[in-house]
Amino acid sequence: MKKPSIILIEKINKSYPVAGKSFMALKDVSLSFEEGEFTGIVGPSGSGKTTLLNIIGTLDSPTQGKAIVLNSDVSTLSHSQAANIRNLHIGFIFQVFNLLPVYTVYENVEFALLLQKYNSKERKKAVMESLDWVGLADHANKKPDKLSGGESQRVAIARAMVKKPKILLADEPTANLDSENAHGILSTMKKLNKDLGTTFLFSTHDEKVMGYLNRMIYLRDGSVEKDVLNGKTEK
Amino acid sequence: MNLELKLSIKNLLGAKLRTLLNVLVLSISFVVIILLNSIMDGWDAQAKKDSIEWEFGKGQLLHNQYDPNDFFSILDGHGQIPENDIGLTPVFVHQATIYPQNRMMNTILKGADPNQKTTLLPTHKLLESKALLPAIIGKRMAEATNLKIGDELLVRWRDKNGAFDAAKITIVDVFNSNVPAIDLGQIWISIETLWSITGHKNEATLFIASDSFVNTNLDSWKFTSQKELLQNITDLVSQKKTGQSIVYLLLMGIALLAIFDTQVLSIYRRQKEIGTYIALGMTRLRVVRLFTLEGSIYSFLALILGGLYGSPLFYLLSKFGFPVPPADQKMGLALAETIIPVYSFKLVLGTVLLVLISATIVSYLPARKIAKLNPALALKGKQQ
Repeated sequence: MKKPSIILIEKINKSYPVAGKSFMALKDVSLSFEEGEFTGIVGPSGSGKTTLLNIIGTLDSPTQGKAIVLNSDVSTLSHSQAANIRNLHIGFIFQVFNLLPVYTVYENVEFALLLQKYNSKERKKAVMESLDWVGLADHANKKPDKLSGGESQRVAIARAMVKKPKILLADEPTANLDSENAHGILSTMKKLNKDLGTTFLFSTHDEKVMGYLNRMIYLRDGSVEKDVLNGKTEK
Repeated sequence: MNLELKLSIKNLLGAKLRTLLNVLVLSISFVVIILLNSIMDGWDAQAKKDSIEWEFGKGQLLHNQYDPNDFFSILDGHGQIPENDIGLTPVFVHQATIYPQNRMMNTILKGADPNQKTTLLPTHKLLESKALLPAIIGKRMAEATNLKIGDELLVRWRDKNGAFDAAKITIVDVFNSNVPAIDLGQIWISIETLWSITGHKNEATLFIASDSFVNTNLDSWKFTSQKELLQNITDLVSQKKTGQSIVYLLLMGIALLAIFDTQVLSIYRRQKEIGTYIALGMTRLRVVRLFTLEGSIYSFLALILGGLYGSPLFYLLSKFGFPVPPADQKMGLALAETIIPVYSFKLVLGTVLLVLISATIVSYLPARKIAKLNPALALKGKQQ
């Protein structure tokens, strides 16, 4: 039985002004994502992967078309409504980790829960559980500058997963990692996807990532070139 | 708000040296503002207290034709003392010439009741002396004429008929008052003596009111209240305060500019962090609030730091006073040798609010930009 769409993209365009001209980052993109997917948006630099993730993550909105994320039209959301959706339902993992430098590992992971007003006992339980998932419970009191790249990305995963989001968006999560760390991270994410049922969307052009994906959406020059599900091309 | 407060404190503590410098400069401004204003308030309080105790009493009743600022009005500005006792101490003012050390010098003879207690003038010394014409002078007059206790001095005056007369007076006391208006160029003698040598029997130029004075309409006399008499001091101090405010406004300006600069730099350098806050679900408004709070906390820390090193300084000054150079005391102002600063609640609260509000405003101004940032670009650290 087909699961309901958690994200529905309908004929979206996104253009940016670049050097006085309009640059089309996304052209007529239509996609739909089901709950629990482990999907990669694959393509070279400048193909529109990050733009698409930003729109799905309610950080940006399409110039034209509709992007329905968790039953909300991204184009019509106010800043605070979008923040609320991100706060409750969307987790982010970034290429350069984006950990907050003055906070410890524990505090970085705790941050999302502070925004959700969990009490301290609940927070502690959830943070430690989350750090356990990524195998960094004993690094809780370290500052990000004391961590390796792989450890930093694990903290970022723990931070994204601690609130048990419905969608996790990962923008080139292995781009700054060596092969061993990349595989470790991907295995962790795959496990979380399986255990928690979170929808994972990656933007990547890393071959290592592709082996883990159930679905790969190939973007080229802002358009969907191919949509491959379990090795079978859909489009 | 609680979260933003925790985060901003954490961020500031993480910034270490930058925070310390901003806080230090702002705390210096805070301390200097309180210090300068408390000294001015101290001067204001001291000058008014001295002027009341030595010169003005509860107010003055002046003869209609007498203007204390017009030397020529002395000749006609006097009249008969009202018969009933209305709680006034009469003072009779008369022009004279003295010859200290064979030099001629214009002076004013002032006659006062030796038994008066309305002012602190030691007129009782006139009674205690056995000299033929005892007189008292202030320390400034003594310095200007090189006179001291026991010295005799030739005084020449015109009586009521215009005839010149002269006599030798004996200085029986040199009083120490901070009020130059009862000292410089003046010689105080008994009013009875002054009446007797001038022929202006029972006349006065002005009266100093005591607590028992009830203001009734008296022909030829006009009453000037204590508040009106003190207005000059109020105006002078307020004028001085305005001039002084330039100093601390400059200091505050430097401190606030440092905070503004830090905020602008923070927002420029912390684009990724801002983007991360927004991506994690913070509203833009909360991020603006976070950055504004960071600036405001500078002022809180500055108040704490200023309090730490300012309190002992304020205490020492309130105990030992602020010394005034001798040259300043000769400027004709009611200035004591040391001014004891007055730290009023209004001054401290006003300064605290000034520092807090201005630091918050200069922090908010650059932080407003965050509301317009594109979080997708901010996450990449791209300049906007």
